[in-house]
Amino acid sequence: MALTVDEVLAGIKEIVVEVAGISADTIAMDKKFTDDLDVDSLSMVEVVVAAEERFGVKIPDEEVTNMATVGDAVNFIVGASK
Amino acid sequence: MALHFDTSVRNSRILSVGAYRPARVVPNSEIVDRIESSDEWIRQRTGIETRHIASADESLIDMAEAAANIALGRAGITMDQVSAVIFATITYPYQAPSAATELIVRLGNPKAAAFDISAACAGFCYGVALANDLVRAKTSDYVLVIGGEKLSDFTNPDDRATAFIFADGAGAVVIGPSDEPRIGPTIWGASAESRDAIVMQPSWLEYKNSETRGAATWPDIAQQGQAVFRWAVYEMAPIGLKAIAAAGLQPEDLAAFIPHQANERIIDSLARSMKLPESVQIARDIRTTGNTSAASVPLAMDALLSSQPELHGKNALLIGFGAGLVYAGQVVELPPLPAK
Repeated sequence: MALTVDEVLAGIKEIVVEVAGISADTIAMDKKFTDDLDVDSLSMVEVVVAAEERFGVKIPDEEVTNMATVGDAVNFIVGASK
Repeated sequence: MALHFDTSVRNSRILSVGAYRPARVVPNSEIVDRIESSDEWIRQRTGIETRHIASADESLIDMAEAAANIALGRAGITMDQVSAVIFATITYPYQAPSAATELIVRLGNPKAAAFDISAACAGFCYGVALANDLVRAKTSDYVLVIGGEKLSDFTNPDDRATAFIFADGAGAVVIGPSDEPRIGPTIWGASAESRDAIVMQPSWLEYKNSETRGAATWPDIAQQGQAVFRWAVYEMAPIGLKAIAAAGLQPEDLAAFIPHQANERIIDSLARSMKLPESVQIARDIRTTGNTSAASVPLAMDALLSSQPELHGKNALLIGFGAGLVYAGQVVELPPLPAK
């Protein structure tokens, strides 16, 4: 079932808050995981693993390296859910 | 024609644990220059602050012998009573005979059954599974299980992916009969489609072949860190939960969680995924011991019991996972407080 951007963003916020321990208010589509949210490469793996489980999609390793911003991740997941 | 003998089974338990860490403590500051890293980066990514590294003349068997003697002493068992020795290691530098046979000669009982198992960082938990079944089936009364590694012999100090991770040490447990079941069923298996994620290459044959000998390097351990991290945090939490359920327990019945000490971030992620209650004490021996592969679970068990003696006799979830990729988990009752 296709997911909406709002649904996925809300889920990603919850995941990033849990993994990185930051406030949900700081998370937005244009934020960069590494520079803005202090999500390093290993935390990114945790975010991806949690997102795969939550949204029922597969996120290949090569896609993870292209996900610089929250929006990149959200858009990939929305696309993969169609 | 059917055979006629006693086919009943009995219960088993871990009677004692022993640990040996080499005297030399190596802080991150001694490692960072060759890999252009920093103390802060290593701590943040792995939790490791210091590790123990054996001296050049300190062998894997020296470390295993020390750990085994401590475990035997704490169990009040002599080596004559031990009829089988299982040695989990990937760093014994001989193809044959086994590390276990060298160890039993040192320990003074060269007549015991002795063999090595190659299951890398899962090796100790594989060994506990085997020893448990040997005791349960009455093949052996007392089994010595060793997890020991001298990874410094097989780690490239210039490899930015591994140089700060691996270290040396040995741990041992004595497993024997019990009135009640005190070692739970083992949940184990492999994800061998990813067997190239952690490797020690090249092979002996590449050394032997004169055409490839020049290009063949020493078979230092190499790993794809992020792939292994992803596998561990995603796949191992369900294994832990299955091991808890198989023992007839709930997560809140555990007193301790003693996973393979691969990376503190994996340990934290697993504890979170399994929703372990705050009351469960989590082994974080990696901070001062690094990743000692097969030795890490018994070393972490010994460290946890030393710092929190009240955990003796309480239930702990063990999980080993590593090169293969292979894994094994079981709930055990931690050994009782030694008599002295």
